[in-house]
Amino acid sequence: MLRRHYGFILSSLVLRDFRIRYRNMSLGVFWSLLNPLVMMGVLTFIFTRIFPNTNIPNFHVFVLCGIVPYNFFALALVSGTLSIFGNAGLVKKVILPREVVPISTVLANGIHFSIQIALLLGITLAAGYRVNEHWVLLPAVFGLEVVFVCGLALITSALDVYFRDIRYVVESANTVLFWMVPIFYSFDTIPQRFHPLYQYNPIAAVVLACRNILLESIEPPPALLSKLAVVSVISFGAGLLVFARLKRNFSDYL
Amino acid sequence: MTILRLQSVSKSYSRKPSRQFLRSFVSARLKPPPQEPFYALRDITLELGDGDCLGVVGANGAGKSTLLSVMAGLSWPEKGKVEVHGRLAALLELGSGFHPDLTGAENVRLNAALLGLSRRQVKEKFGEIVEFSGIGEFIDEPLRTYSVGMTLRLAFSVSMAVEPDILLIDEVLAVGDRAFQAKCVERILQLKRAGRILVCASHDMDVLRKLSTRAIWLEHGRIARQGPAEGVISAYEGVLNGGR
Repeated sequence: MLRRHYGFILSSLVLRDFRIRYRNMSLGVFWSLLNPLVMMGVLTFIFTRIFPNTNIPNFHVFVLCGIVPYNFFALALVSGTLSIFGNAGLVKKVILPREVVPISTVLANGIHFSIQIALLLGITLAAGYRVNEHWVLLPAVFGLEVVFVCGLALITSALDVYFRDIRYVVESANTVLFWMVPIFYSFDTIPQRFHPLYQYNPIAAVVLACRNILLESIEPPPALLSKLAVVSVISFGAGLLVFARLKRNFSDYL
Repeated sequence: MTILRLQSVSKSYSRKPSRQFLRSFVSARLKPPPQEPFYALRDITLELGDGDCLGVVGANGAGKSTLLSVMAGLSWPEKGKVEVHGRLAALLELGSGFHPDLTGAENVRLNAALLGLSRRQVKEKFGEIVEFSGIGEFIDEPLRTYSVGMTLRLAFSVSMAVEPDILLIDEVLAVGDRAFQAKCVERILQLKRAGRILVCASHDMDVLRKLSTRAIWLEHGRIARQGPAEGVISAYEGVLNGGR
């Protein structure tokens, strides 16, 4: 077998996805910014004008801290889930480490994620918040989310080959998650007995950490970060294991 | 030392309903239908060494593509063992790693990476690949504007840049024009002289005659006949022409 240059294969595939996505669009990267801005506007309107029950200052920044990590999760997981099926030609006929297909799809979504993070930071600063020393933790927090999604996508993309229903399961799970992640409400409003529901949910953890850092200028609780790290790494490891078991028969089912 | 060895390789596709949906999966678990495996490959044993060029002939559905796919490691044999020593490249389907919206040049770089070249090797070989393909100025046009033959030119050129020890080709050469086909054959013969292994499945007996030293004839997943290329190919042609 050839010596594999995993990094180069991954970056080539990410570049491919990026080029394909933007080549035939006149507005290009603008779309990455439009969606979170619209969501931010709508949610801010609803929860400050229709249900004005919030005493959260700068609600639009607060809500964007939730939208950006959630958006990445939802979009990356759906496209990751479909990646093996969608690249059937590649998977069936080209000799390559098949793991790179879902991972590169998630990473290609990571490009939009970075653009949206830049938007989030820009809006945070515009609202009068200052850069603080905890910002150095942001890359780790967002990076762990990417690792987590890669792990999940490895599992769902492999399962989707055998059960095409998985894509709908993922979509429904995303809808549920939109409500189960504190996007437009704060962690403090959640009754104590439901806390475990949120503590092991990495997306909720990312949102909370993000708000700690950007809005409260405090370091996220170490327990939160360590749980996020553990869950993400376990997800990635499990993803690789499951994928390795399931990939053998891909050619027969695609 | 380049080796490609298959030891009593078998592969079957079960005929039970596809498990595309959870419901059929569950019902299959509860009430397993009578299973009636369909053998795509049955007890294939082969050994290829330096300079061997194997032609594979057989009717549609005889197992040619499955055989190549198993050799390439893209499909797993159910029984038996596949041993590969050497760098293997496969040209199994035209433009399977290609994307219609990318330009020829972008596709060349992408596929060279997928096939295992490093960033530096891609840079070094890019010119050579484009030159061999003879695509010329169209290299910066999107692939969807290419004809099938032009796509083949590009795909073949990229595969050759990998400098494989073992090259598997499934049919694709047929779509090239005479001139390019001759160029491909010449290039493959170079590999052969350099002691590489080639496996080529085709319905084009002229191409097979030029390339192969040995041949196998597959029928319902079994090797129906094997031996020196000329003998097997003539026998197969005899059946084709004579009807049966």
